[in-house]
Amino acid sequence: MDKSTWKYIGKRLLISAVTLLVIIFVLFLMVRLMPGTPFNDEKLTEAQKALIYKAYGLDKPLWEQFIIYLGNLFKGDFGISFAILKNASVSDLVAPRIGISFGLGIGACFLGTIIGILLGIVAALNRNSFWDTFATVLSVLGVSIPSFVFCLLLLVVLGVEIPVLPVLYSSSQPFKSAIIPMIALSLSVIANVARFTRGEMIEVLGSEYIQLVEAKGVDRSQVIFKHALRNCLIPVITVLGPIIVNLMTGSMVIEKICSIPGLGSLLVNAITVRDYNVIVAVSFLYSIMYVGIMLLIDILYGIIDPRIRLGKGNG
Amino acid sequence: MSYLVKNQADLDQYLENYHVLDQDYELIDIPERLETEKAQPASSFMKDVWTRFIANKGAIIGAVIILLFIVLSLVVPMVSKFDPNAVSTAQQSMGPRVPLLESIGLFNGKTGIVQYEGEFANMYHYFGTDTLGRDLWVRVWSGCQISLFVAATAVVVNVCIGIVYGMISGYFGGIVDSVMQRFQEIVNSIPTLVVLTLLLIVMSPGLWSIIVALIITSWIGMARITRAQVLQIKEREFILASKTLGASGFFIIFKKILPNIFGQIIIMAMFAIPNAIFYEAFLSMVGLGIPQPQASLGSLINDGFKSILVTPFQTIIPCVVLGILMLSFNLLADGLRDAFDPKMKEG
Repeated sequence: MDKSTWKYIGKRLLISAVTLLVIIFVLFLMVRLMPGTPFNDEKLTEAQKALIYKAYGLDKPLWEQFIIYLGNLFKGDFGISFAILKNASVSDLVAPRIGISFGLGIGACFLGTIIGILLGIVAALNRNSFWDTFATVLSVLGVSIPSFVFCLLLLVVLGVEIPVLPVLYSSSQPFKSAIIPMIALSLSVIANVARFTRGEMIEVLGSEYIQLVEAKGVDRSQVIFKHALRNCLIPVITVLGPIIVNLMTGSMVIEKICSIPGLGSLLVNAITVRDYNVIVAVSFLYSIMYVGIMLLIDILYGIIDPRIRLGKGNG
Repeated sequence: MSYLVKNQADLDQYLENYHVLDQDYELIDIPERLETEKAQPASSFMKDVWTRFIANKGAIIGAVIILLFIVLSLVVPMVSKFDPNAVSTAQQSMGPRVPLLESIGLFNGKTGIVQYEGEFANMYHYFGTDTLGRDLWVRVWSGCQISLFVAATAVVVNVCIGIVYGMISGYFGGIVDSVMQRFQEIVNSIPTLVVLTLLLIVMSPGLWSIIVALIITSWIGMARITRAQVLQIKEREFILASKTLGASGFFIIFKKILPNIFGQIIIMAMFAIPNAIFYEAFLSMVGLGIPQPQASLGSLINDGFKSILVTPFQTIIPCVVLGILMLSFNLLADGLRDAFDPKMKEG
């Protein structure tokens, strides 16, 4: 990697860091702005209030409070929960849920990508056939209809009308109860990936280097999987961004619907009972994840295709 | 036989000696009647767009459904004899019942909890009633009205902000552009989900705070597209001509550049509407939506979901309406994109 690549990576890192700082500042302000403090008791005298403020460091200037707050965040200390589990540390509440949400998201991503790629290839190879139409219709449906609508419809069909799968998540059979949410979540991934792979595949198959490989008499499946697929998967990174956003927002509602004990349902619960520290903690985790993935995508871009870097650098 | 032409004198000599003979030429394909080329009527850009749009079946279907939904959502709450907010505990969770369909066994009203018997024997709740006995047919369409209103308002304001921001940033360039771009980049890298949640917790949930939150989170896409378009167009000759004639920056931006990026803006707006509808529904699902007794499609789904095991129709109906609405907007937007810019057509 040359010097300009490093410069580009440095720039993206800087922007991500600034973004995270802005997010932390907003979160900090929110905690301060929230209506009502734990010390609203009317029986407290001024002197007692002053003592409490001093004990919690609230008498210090705002910037100093912000630095302390930052320090606590880096230590993983998000304060205590007010409502969901009184006086429990938010970190303890959040930690066991990260794995469940992550598993669901990665599972949906994996499932969706594989099916999407296969569907895209089949559609590209048999243009205007049944599979092509099927892929197109599925792409339009998956892109336009929200995943929670799919999830609810699947629940009604597979959980209520023909009860083959559990409606609610149960920890005794985590795999079986993850099927419906995973299918619902992966539909948007399938739609995005299939649409993209199809378009890219058609273009690559018409290119001269594929014609050359075919002219040399290479086996058809090898042409597709070894030569064409590789080249059409590099730009698939462009759809990663929207896919991640879809998965994050989608999983929040779906976790609530299927009562999966993940980060999303925790956030929804926290919103309902206005448990500010939990809201802040989960929002911050979501932000880190989002900013991190966007950073990764940008850097990958820059390395794979230097022209993008140039375009972005100029504007 | 060939001549070697060395100079002008040689050429003159050659041409003088050259005589056309009959066998040099052969007449082929003698036209009986000379046909002058028919002048193609010049078709304007908008006419081309219209022709391409009309040819797109999906887009037409989408447009028709959207129109139908708009009409229904405006007319039904006005003409129906049921009040969308009138609670009637005697009519809790009645199943959907439609006059003609009931005779073939669909929508016969038997899926609900309270049956159509006694005083309700001749009553028709097309979409049934909810757990508080409110008529869902009226509620779904007034909910659709609110969803559409939220989305349309948010998108119109977004387009305005996005156009102004994008055009200023793109046209003036330099430091102005850099600063505006950095700001945009930072705002853009905060996840929408987090911004929406935080904003609505600080503001109390309501129709207008949802619209404001949607505006704050989604003007950036519009600004980015506008800027990219402006950058492309401002290097063209007609802008140079305008500048040479002494036109002011303001005049060039609004009179010369804006009309040229209008197509792109319409396409963007059309894609933004289903997005706004989605985020509104999403907010309702996480409990930050329109407060009761008002309803949006999202809050209807959220309410119906609470009794999904007993009366699934209360969830399915608003779900299907929401799905069809978003699908139609996407089809329309796809069609418009292909019509305005056939080069971008996929596959």
